[in-house]
Amino acid sequence: MRLDVILRITSKLILPFILLFALYVHFHGDFGPGGGFQAGVIAAGMLILFSIIFGVYAAKQVVSETVATVMVPLGILIYASAGIPALLVNQNYLNFSVLSEDTAHGQHIGILWVEVGVLTTVAGSMISIFYALVQRGRS
Amino acid sequence: MELYVNMILLTLLAAVTVAIIRQRNLFAVVVLTGAYSFLMASVMIALDAVDVAMTEASVGAGVSAVFLLTTLYLTESRELASDSGPAVPLAVSSLLGAVLVYGTYGLPRFGAADAPVQTHVGPDYLARSIPDTTVENVVTSVLASYRSFDTLGETTVVFTAAIGVLLLLRGRLRDYDRDSGEPGE
Repeated sequence: MRLDVILRITSKLILPFILLFALYVHFHGDFGPGGGFQAGVIAAGMLILFSIIFGVYAAKQVVSETVATVMVPLGILIYASAGIPALLVNQNYLNFSVLSEDTAHGQHIGILWVEVGVLTTVAGSMISIFYALVQRGRS
Repeated sequence: MELYVNMILLTLLAAVTVAIIRQRNLFAVVVLTGAYSFLMASVMIALDAVDVAMTEASVGAGVSAVFLLTTLYLTESRELASDSGPAVPLAVSSLLGAVLVYGTYGLPRFGAADAPVQTHVGPDYLARSIPDTTVENVVTSVLASYRSFDTLGETTVVFTAAIGVLLLLRGRLRDYDRDSGEPGE
């Protein structure tokens, strides 16, 4: 793999655009297709491609195994915390209309907020499962 | 036009499925599974379900193909010949297929406007989404605004599944090392 110049150079060129596409899918989820789940999978796919080409050690310097594992429960906490502002002003849990003066704008903020949580959990799960699988092969 | 696209895609799906069944080399099976997911994503686009198509393409053709290849690296890449003949599995899958085809006769016609799925809460969401939330993609507003509890639950499912898989993959290794007395990592 180390000698495969074409694979290394092309993936180097593609990788940032894959991550950019993941961010586009995430932040454009309320206008076009996609959302946190798809963006999380695409972002994790970028890191997996990176580690296939450049090795798991290089990938772990970008996202360490601890970070990937912590991302799994962290996403749920981010999602669950999105409902708390509504509770504080005596509204239903996860009612996003209270997040802004304009209720529709509040919905946009809430959607992005919970999608960040979904993205974190999904990307963390994919990356840490990949690391765990690769690690087993080594021993 | 759409009819022909669907016919071609479904024929290719059937061909890939037969190839997966007949193939003994598991590496080729994984590649064919990726092709199957890609075709399935194309079918979803033909059905105007772009969100599902995106998920199918990224999860099915992308990440799970990598996971399966990594698993192959840990095991044999050639399927062992079965001890019993194909008679019982063939009978079970033919019977199940026949039951499923019979079940489709109870479903409303494909794309029918008066099907329950088009007349229940769907029109309500379509009518209310833009005034309520100004979110153009109704899929997103249903997922995150109207049914946020469901999505929280789904994320928890991803969390639970990931934790389970991680415990299986990481935990066994330590037990094995302790039992055999080999030095762990």
